[in-house]
Amino acid sequence: MKVIEAENLTKKFGQFVAVDNISFQVEKGEIFGFLGANGAGKTTAMRMLCGLSKPTSGQGKVAGFDIEQQPEKVKANIGYMSQKFALYEDLRVWENLRLYGGIYGIPSREINEKIHAALAQLGIENEKDTMVKSLPLGWKQKLAFSTAIFHDPKIVFLDEPTGGVDPLARRQFWELIYEAADRGITVFVTTHYMDEAEYCNRVSVMVDGKIEALDSPKNLKKQFDAKNMDQIFHQLARKATRGNN
Amino acid sequence: MLGYLLEKEFKQFRRNPFLPRLVIIFPMMVLLVFPLVANFEVKNIDLSVIDHDKSSYSRNLIQKVIASGYFNITDVSETYSDAIEKIESDRSDVILEIPSNFERDLVRASRGDLMISANAVNGNKGGLGTAYLMNIISDFNGNIRAELTGNANKLQVPFLEIIPLYRYNPSLLYEVYMVPALMVMVMAMICGFLPALNIVSEKENGTIEQMNVTPVQKFTFILAKLIPYWVIGYLVLTICIGVAYFVWDIIPAGFLGTLYLFVTIFILAISGFGLVISNYAITVQQAMFMMFFFVLTFIFMSGLYTPIENMPDWAQILSNFSPLKYIIQVLRMVFLKGSGFKDLLPQFFSLLGFALFFNSWAIYSYKKSS
Repeated sequence: MKVIEAENLTKKFGQFVAVDNISFQVEKGEIFGFLGANGAGKTTAMRMLCGLSKPTSGQGKVAGFDIEQQPEKVKANIGYMSQKFALYEDLRVWENLRLYGGIYGIPSREINEKIHAALAQLGIENEKDTMVKSLPLGWKQKLAFSTAIFHDPKIVFLDEPTGGVDPLARRQFWELIYEAADRGITVFVTTHYMDEAEYCNRVSVMVDGKIEALDSPKNLKKQFDAKNMDQIFHQLARKATRGNN
Repeated sequence: MLGYLLEKEFKQFRRNPFLPRLVIIFPMMVLLVFPLVANFEVKNIDLSVIDHDKSSYSRNLIQKVIASGYFNITDVSETYSDAIEKIESDRSDVILEIPSNFERDLVRASRGDLMISANAVNGNKGGLGTAYLMNIISDFNGNIRAELTGNANKLQVPFLEIIPLYRYNPSLLYEVYMVPALMVMVMAMICGFLPALNIVSEKENGTIEQMNVTPVQKFTFILAKLIPYWVIGYLVLTICIGVAYFVWDIIPAGFLGTLYLFVTIFILAISGFGLVISNYAITVQQAMFMMFFFVLTFIFMSGLYTPIENMPDWAQILSNFSPLKYIIQVLRMVFLKGSGFKDLLPQFFSLLGFALFFNSWAIYSYKKSS
């Protein structure tokens, strides 16, 4: 079953074509890596799929709903973790989880149980009452992920979730991603760490708004005759004209 | 869903190191200080006196002027040109020139000439100074006439005195007029600026994006931003009424309930306006500047400081677009005249119109996606 379908999706800002006619599909339960250099259009594409940005042309379906016609239905079925930390810094850890639980309509009692479970999974039960602003960055990002999947969405969109954290924290973060995928949540993740790309079931590489490659890491390595994803990325990204000037 | 959002807003407000204090201190400061400083009564007018006569009458007149309390005699000049020099160097505001033979003319010909010249750079001060001085002189004139004509003729001299009766503010106290209007200004500042800055700072922090990706309805989100400012507005009004009572001894002549009802609608209108601004501003700086522009315009067009009837026609038309105009009328009428709901129906519908208009616009212009 396909949970994300994009067909000729395009986004223009004036003359600038941020996302240029991309088409792809993501299967349920997949971990789909969305790679690309800075400015390649990853975030714009993801924001369109989340209903945050309207496509200039083309179609998209997420969780079976049209992203342009039924953006609110899409939103009820997805989780989203933006590149920039977007939880409320002046609320406590449990208050952030409670807020988003409430917004997605989870009953109050269930929220308390879920907060307990989520914090246990992150191993930060002791930080329940901590103000979010005083958490270290690695924990903040884990908490943001936990919040994004708190309401058990069908799909979770992660925009560079591991930017700026140490390798150990990145490793732990990917364990969380795998646990979510095991629960049947489809994961759509952008990154520019090529070691992370290897953890994905399938990856696409975006260059200048277009998808230049899309397959499993293994097949891509064959196709590009490369030892690792890093080499593939370098081959493709070198063609980019954007961001070099 | 609304409950969770409100819980969040109130927690954030309470935890803000600055806002809860501001909401309490700001209205107190405005109501304690502004009525004292923003007072149009002109006192301490510097007066130059040129007394060519140096008679007992002229001395009496000068004494009377000093005794009025409005004037400081800062200069006694010999000639008019000396006095003008004083005005030019800003050491004097008004010149009173008493000609020689002032006493002789008064006694013999029952007439005397005096000259007043005023510096009208500060038109208000010059105008009022002249008016005060003329009052004092005419009073002096009355006394002289009574004295000269003697008791026997007193009944035959028509003596006209007008005793004005100032309804609703018998002693023409400036505070009584200003305090209710200043309450409106405080509420406009707090309940207009805070919601605008609140949403824009969520934009700047990026937290609004996490909200926009949830299925929260626009209406619910806007309502969750409005309700806290309703509560804060009530708190501000209550503080204001308290200060008016305890400090200025001003008690509303009408019902408190009428005040709260109208203020409810007014806060809804002005907060809605703040939300509209927040939907168009991208940074806190932009929101702040836009709010200043509009709120200052609203205040000056509202009749808070200057009566709307004194404005040019085009400005009077513009003043209809200031929601502050209507609520200031309401507060003054309820506080001073004790007007009831029935007397205030036009204001009620105007304010309701503003509230509906701004809030519909706020919901319309709040975009969950771009």
